[in-house]
Amino acid sequence: MNRHVDPREALSDGDGIAMGEVLLDVRNVSLRFGGVKAISDISFDIRKGEIRAIIGPNGAGKTSMLNVINGFYTPQEGSIVFRGKERQKIAPYEAAASGIARTFQNVALFKGMSTLDNIMAGRTLAMHRNFFWQLLYYGPALREEIANRRKVEEIIDFLEIQHIRKTPVGRLPYGLQKRVELGRALAAEPSLLLLDEPMAGMNLEEKEDMSRFILDVNAQFGTTIALIEHDMGVVMDISDRVVVLDYGRKIGDGTPDEVKSSQDVIDAYLGVSH
Amino acid sequence: MFYREAGQFKTSYAADQQVFPILQDRIGVAVILGIAVFVVPFVANDFFLSAIAIPFLILALATIGLNVLTGYAGQLSLGTGGFMGVGAYACYKLTTIFPDVSIVVHILLSGFAAAAVGMVFGMPSLRIKGLYLAVTTLAAQFFLEWCFIRIPWLYNYNASGAIEVPGREVFGTMVTGASAGSVPRYFTVLAIVILLTVLVKNLLRGRIGRQWMMIRDMDIAAELMGVRPLYAKLSAFAVSSYLCGVAGAMFVFFYLGAAEPSAFSITLSFQVLFMAILGGLGSLVGCFFGAAFIWALPIILRAGPPMIGIPIAAETAFHVTSMIVGALIVTFLILEPHGLARLWQIGKEKLRVWPFPYA
Ligand SMILES: Nc1ncnc2c1ncn2[C@@H]1O[C@H](COP(=O)(O)OP(=O)(O)OP(=O)(O)O)[C@@H](O)[C@H]1O
Ligand SMILES: [Mg+2]
Repeated sequence: MNRHVDPREALSDGDGIAMGEVLLDVRNVSLRFGGVKAISDISFDIRKGEIRAIIGPNGAGKTSMLNVINGFYTPQEGSIVFRGKERQKIAPYEAAASGIARTFQNVALFKGMSTLDNIMAGRTLAMHRNFFWQLLYYGPALREEIANRRKVEEIIDFLEIQHIRKTPVGRLPYGLQKRVELGRALAAEPSLLLLDEPMAGMNLEEKEDMSRFILDVNAQFGTTIALIEHDMGVVMDISDRVVVLDYGRKIGDGTPDEVKSSQDVIDAYLGVSH
Repeated sequence: MFYREAGQFKTSYAADQQVFPILQDRIGVAVILGIAVFVVPFVANDFFLSAIAIPFLILALATIGLNVLTGYAGQLSLGTGGFMGVGAYACYKLTTIFPDVSIVVHILLSGFAAAAVGMVFGMPSLRIKGLYLAVTTLAAQFFLEWCFIRIPWLYNYNASGAIEVPGREVFGTMVTGASAGSVPRYFTVLAIVILLTVLVKNLLRGRIGRQWMMIRDMDIAAELMGVRPLYAKLSAFAVSSYLCGVAGAMFVFFYLGAAEPSAFSITLSFQVLFMAILGGLGSLVGCFFGAAFIWALPIILRAGPPMIGIPIAAETAFHVTSMIVGALIVTFLILEPHGLARLWQIGKEKLRVWPFPYA
């Protein structure tokens, strides 16, 4: 009891990395599609517990960067260190198993399934009962289903979407779909959450709700978040640090204030209106 | 008015997760099962059981098999007939090699042969999708048909090239072969179909069924949730082919009595596909609707008009059936891709808010 415990250490959720330490390190990553250089020699890190924004004009390589991090794309050069493990090639399901979850720029929900089933889908990795228990359904498989359902209901409450629990997501308006997608990613209880333009196409009120959820996720669960966002107001408000990309190169990295006052960034991005 | 969930509150997630959360649905299912077990076999005549009820149940099971793959896991297949054939030939081989083991055991085992074959032909699904996958399953269909003709070992070197179902008993009653009555055959088929339908429903409402639907709806996102496409797709092929295999074995052993390779041709594949589309892709109850409709339609068309004094040639009835089914398939694909099951659901929703149309 008397031993001094670093409060940040105590918050570390078992992945051995203390709050504020580097959780993900992108090292000299380059990615080409044929002749197109989507990412050129980019390095940056994401620290545990922070909200890290990735900004840049259209086609800057932001989405490609997330795709590299969660294994959809394999970079030609460079490597990714996540939770202290270096890797160059990883399958998306392995990235998921290692604790990375994400949402997509164009909502990628399971259209034929209900909100509840979509978020349950996020718990795929938490469910282990094998084929034969599943055939029986009653017994261990049902217990597991219910334990996970309980978690999912917590997320549904947290995101205030109780009323659409049983609605097929294809029928939901866009703003709610984005919220369900966030719920699905949260259901995996990730240590790193990647959000690709979670507020695109939303009105002001929806943006405020979404910002609040992102901040709450970060504060309540200590989830580290990487966020792509075009709305500079939102970025400046909620992020701890910002990395700026342009034409696949990194042109800025620092706190929102530092980035805002960097001449390169102003020239390439902030200067022009979006 | 009578079909409401009002007052039926779920107090636990288990209660909310039941197959039929509404009491009236549970009663309905119990009544249908009761009729199937206690009424049909004692009221229906031999023709109804042998020519309608038994093949209907068997084809409904095959449709469930196809629906698992196409409706739930999103992988289009035209090889259903071939996979059914694998089950039938496997069962024939098993029961001629081990005549003392119960035929029911052989029927259930023969599905595994079909599952293994299905998984082999499902491999390409890891690389290709949609129409291209359909073409490889078509190749599977033709390859399997070729095997049924060219490998005499499969039909025990019979001069006729066909398989003849031997007589087999269950609990001292003949259930297969020429001397088996329609009632014992009906009960055996009914028991197997109910058992497998319940097991499939269990899979579908749990983790595995969800993974199939995830792959169907958005395979990229599914992978990011931790679904391994290899496992999800091949397990769908395995379960689907298993069901088709069991259905194929029953088709020969409890319905046809003897079968030539042509019994498992592409025609059968399409017939089952139409049952799945008309009934509704992604619905279990739809499989029964679809199978009932497509199986009963030609029989009704052949028997109906003469009853009201209009003579109809068998040929004409056949053509009219093809036309009606064709038109319905096109109509459903355009207007209601979820088939009869969706119409049923809409009907129930309307009933729920009746008499208020917009509640
Ligand atoms: N799969 C692909 N094949 C070929 N080129 C691609 C592919 N994915 C991305 N690119 C190219 O890589 C570059 C970066 O694209 P990316 O989607 O990462 O940009 P972005 O920063 O997310 O832009 P936006 O703000 O429009 O979402 C673009 O030139 C794009 O055309
Ligand atoms: Mg993008």
